[in-house]
Amino acid sequence: MISESLRQIGATTLTQLARLGRANLLFVQILAGIPALFARFRLVVQQLYAVGVLSLVIIVVSGLFVGMVLGLQGYNTLVDFGAEESLGSVVALTLVRELGPVVTALLFAGRAGSALTAEIGLMKATEQLSGMEMMAVDPIRRILSPRFLAGFLSMPLLAAIFSAVGVLGGWFVGVGLLGVDEGAYWSQMQANVDPQEDILNGIIKSVAFGVVATWIALFEGYDAIPTSEGVSRATTRTVVETSLAVLGLDFMLTALMFGA
Amino acid sequence: MTAETTTPLVTIRNLHFRRGSKVIFDGVDLDIQRGRVTAIMGPSGTGKTTLLKLIGAQLRPHAGTIEVDGHNVQRLSRAALYQLRQRIGMLFQSGALLTDLNVFDNVAFPLREHTQLPAAMIRDLVLMKLQAVGLRGARDLQTAQLSGGMARRVALARAIALDPMMIMYDEPFTGQDPISMGVLVTLIRRLNDALGLSSIIVSHDVNETAAIADDIYLISNGRVVAHGTPAELMASDSPWASQFLHARPDGPVPFHYPAPDYAADLGIATGATP
Repeated sequence: MISESLRQIGATTLTQLARLGRANLLFVQILAGIPALFARFRLVVQQLYAVGVLSLVIIVVSGLFVGMVLGLQGYNTLVDFGAEESLGSVVALTLVRELGPVVTALLFAGRAGSALTAEIGLMKATEQLSGMEMMAVDPIRRILSPRFLAGFLSMPLLAAIFSAVGVLGGWFVGVGLLGVDEGAYWSQMQANVDPQEDILNGIIKSVAFGVVATWIALFEGYDAIPTSEGVSRATTRTVVETSLAVLGLDFMLTALMFGA
Repeated sequence: MTAETTTPLVTIRNLHFRRGSKVIFDGVDLDIQRGRVTAIMGPSGTGKTTLLKLIGAQLRPHAGTIEVDGHNVQRLSRAALYQLRQRIGMLFQSGALLTDLNVFDNVAFPLREHTQLPAAMIRDLVLMKLQAVGLRGARDLQTAQLSGGMARRVALARAIALDPMMIMYDEPFTGQDPISMGVLVTLIRRLNDALGLSSIIVSHDVNETAAIADDIYLISNGRVVAHGTPAELMASDSPWASQFLHARPDGPVPFHYPAPDYAADLGIATGATP
């Protein structure tokens, strides 16, 4: 009984380590394919559309609502202390430092990451990847590398759009509906948001999330068991793993950036 | 004839391959002759598709050698292997067409990836290949609009796009209606002769394959059990060849999967026959 469970723990550990190894190997192979893409940037542009542009609606709508909620909650808290003039900086800092990169990455995992995994998993299941190999075309370079680059480039842009729309949402609720002074909203924001400390750190976060989210999505698709059940499981794993990785990574990055 | 044209195109010697503990090939020797249509036949699950993947070096054997046009495929560098694969066309059972491209772009895919030809020339080449399979008029269709037979013909046009020396067909006749089946049978033979190709067909459709093959290998339990021209095999007194080619339900390949004694399994006293 004990030896059986020990055996199982050992087997699971080995399987997971092997997966980690394959994931790292794939990451290196994907990166190796990127220089050649500059000669065929059309491949990346197609993916920027699929991964980035098609995610815009969910990002903009979510950003707007998150900003509006921040405006409402921030106002209710601040007004008790007579500090509702600071609403602009509260909304902007929360978005730029945390919610922008994190929520964008979570939405990205659900919208673009799952699509990438399903697409690549199905290409594997229908022998399209194998067919490419037999046509002497490396599927990692032709299919995965452009998608990786597109995810890497899209994430910071999407996060910036999310934050910008969120600030407008906060403005709409705070200034438009609750009567916070318009000049105070913007000037407090200008005075308290530091381009390097806040904005640059936010961008660094979203770049890191972009790498991790796209890498997980591509690996899960490429490593999926090529059946309908295998692809569906891989898609679920992409969303779960990306969400956990993003939240864990966010804590570490926050501790490094703002901890001291 | 020079030695170049008389040596086999593919030579397989003492091939061993297994998946987990299941032995797929246990010492297979076979030769694929140049310019001929060679069929590899056997019951489902004998690893016929695996054999094609081994020849294309997508899988590595556990022992034995596979030479294609004089190159040992396991020893080739990645670049050399990709060079070799450009000279091999493969038709997958599913067609393996790229679903995000239309018919024209699918056939153009290998040309665009491997050549620097101007767009006008690629267009002409693609139309010629599509004409050869009778689908020039279908160039603008999406892959989802194709029937199974048409998808295979598009895949065939794509497989000959780079003018290969050899085409490997994985179960080309499975699931085809009689008309598409007839079209594919004729096409495979005609392309082989007109383009001077060598063809390998992996199949278990006895009549269609025997109609166009010059040479047949029968594989069972990881070994070659019979080899010869279709006529020789049809007349063969090998019990195995006879069971397979004449589709008899029982014989050397038993109807029953190996199982413990039936009576014992049902809990009836041993000795009593069910």
